[in-house]
Amino acid sequence: MSALLAIENLSLEFRTRSGIVRALENVSLQLPEGGSLGLVGESGSGKSVLSFAVLGIQDAAATVTGGTIRFADKDLLADAGSAMKNMRGRELAMIFQNPRVALNPIRQVGQQIEDVLRRHTALRGAAARARAIECLADVRIPDPERRYTAYPFELSGGMCQRVMIAIALACKPRLLIADEPTTGLDVTTQAAIMRLIRDLGHEKGMATLLITHDLGLARDFCDRLAVMHAGHIVESGATETLFRAPAHPYTAQLVRATPVGQDKLENLASIPGNLPDLRRSDLPPCRFSERCELRGDACATALPSVDVSTGHLVACHHPQLRTRP
Amino acid sequence: MLTTILKRLLGAIPNLIGVIVVTFLLTRALPGDPAAFFAGASGTAEAVEEIRKKLGLDKSLPEQFIVYVRDLASGDWGFSHATGQPVLTELTTRLPASLELTLAGLFLAVIVAIPLGILAATRPGSWIDHLCRGIATAGVSLPTFFTGLLLAYIFYFLLGWAPPPLGRLDPYLSAPPTVTGFYLIDSLIARDFEVFIGALKQLILPTITLALFVLAPLARMTRASMLGVLSADFIRTARASGLAPTTVLFAYAFRNALLPVMTTLGMVFSFLLGSNVLVEKVFAWPGIGSFAIEALVASDYAPVQGFVLSMALLYVLLNLTIDIAYGFVDPRMRVDG
Repeated sequence: MSALLAIENLSLEFRTRSGIVRALENVSLQLPEGGSLGLVGESGSGKSVLSFAVLGIQDAAATVTGGTIRFADKDLLADAGSAMKNMRGRELAMIFQNPRVALNPIRQVGQQIEDVLRRHTALRGAAARARAIECLADVRIPDPERRYTAYPFELSGGMCQRVMIAIALACKPRLLIADEPTTGLDVTTQAAIMRLIRDLGHEKGMATLLITHDLGLARDFCDRLAVMHAGHIVESGATETLFRAPAHPYTAQLVRATPVGQDKLENLASIPGNLPDLRRSDLPPCRFSERCELRGDACATALPSVDVSTGHLVACHHPQLRTRP
Repeated sequence: MLTTILKRLLGAIPNLIGVIVVTFLLTRALPGDPAAFFAGASGTAEAVEEIRKKLGLDKSLPEQFIVYVRDLASGDWGFSHATGQPVLTELTTRLPASLELTLAGLFLAVIVAIPLGILAATRPGSWIDHLCRGIATAGVSLPTFFTGLLLAYIFYFLLGWAPPPLGRLDPYLSAPPTVTGFYLIDSLIARDFEVFIGALKQLILPTITLALFVLAPLARMTRASMLGVLSADFIRTARASGLAPTTVLFAYAFRNALLPVMTTLGMVFSFLLGSNVLVEKVFAWPGIGSFAIEALVASDYAPVQGFVLSMALLYVLLNLTIDIAYGFVDPRMRVDG
């Protein structure tokens, strides 16, 4: 099976005044056509940086220092020129958190959809407008003709997120990157937005990369998960496997920190420590080792990649191979 | 939109009343006795008294005020005792000269400052950013009369490229028939291109002088505002949608960055109108500022009152224009609060 998106050993650095931040190191992940992958991890673990690098919209201070990103058998990093520009927004699209500020505040939402259509399709004038209204209807926005002329400040957060999805899906992309799409929304709206993304993904055979710190959300939504910690992917595998038998101590702690069903607050474990400072020159090979209760001498040596089972990879010297009761 | 304009105009009425009262009181509070001034050094006490009676200065303040307001309303803004002309006539002939100069200066400043600010914002730390900062610092720190004199010295006296800094038009040319009072426009209407070129030549140096001065706040504000907008979330969305960099820069970023720039523009405009007195002096420009200063020195009430009042009217109009322009740029401003 050839993956739609295949990232191999990607490393990325930020050059800042206070030193080099090694934001991503040897990151590899794969996403098949039509699949859904959850990229989970705490804030600052590099999830968004990774997704921006895929789209080629990373900060000017960021440099890719190694690895490849392949999308539909095209090398995105080598094609950083016009090929990438034409794919961005058409074959790969992205939606963001806080939809109310992620839309142009002084442009009608319909026109913002049309901007994308005009950029990537031959549609113009009335045809573009009709298609934009169709896009609004696609994301289940009631009365799309009237909403076409609305400005973001006239819409609720949930509506704005629907508009953003409409913009992202206007050109029927093959991959949708959803970066914390429900952050800043009401709980009830969150569920509706996630259902919408899933349904549209199924309808259009679109692959989804969901970036979230909410493990529960990722569990409901994704076939597979990749767990990020401090710029490393520490574990990846099928969602249920990771939940039932997390092999990496970090994943295990994340799972214990995630409420399931009627869990009480006191039953949830918190993860001690913080992400290490990625500017340090003495970062250990395993960036989790300083927070890890299983740390041993081996942890100071190069990080292994252990095949726990088919499609279940873990980067740890002490993988927990027992099943969680 | 029309009701908004009407509301704003109505809202300006209290301002105008305030301005009328304040100018009236202020001119009365000025030191110097106009009656004595006009009677001259050789004037006898009776002559001074007679002039005072003629000017209505012997009446009580409230009475003087009522007379003043009644005259204003009937279009009689008094006489300039220095020139013997009705104040209204003086103002209507001199205001276009000042406005033409101010608008030309602003126009030049805008077409230089805004691209400069945008370029500086898109390339922070580059040579163009440093250039922007350098020009801005120089523009603010050099007083207008100094740059004016310097420019006249270099381009008229040393190089001889510019015409003598003596007013709006070469003395050998006659002013175009008055339509708008702006020589550039009137000469075009009259299809008199010789006068157009002549007027343009006279305008260049004072325009550059004024533009240099207002360049700084405009360029800095454009840069700061663009920098803020370019790091906004919706710009990232636009880039993620693959929109062309020019679309992102102009249709998305610049329009959003425009509001603070417009506010600054309004501020420097009103600031310029009153304060280009010095530039008018340097270039012998027959504008409203030099007129007001001369009147003030001569304790000539009526022109000073007329000047302040017409400035107040202009400010009100200016603010109204800017408010309306806000509404065009930002839909959030259209909602009547």
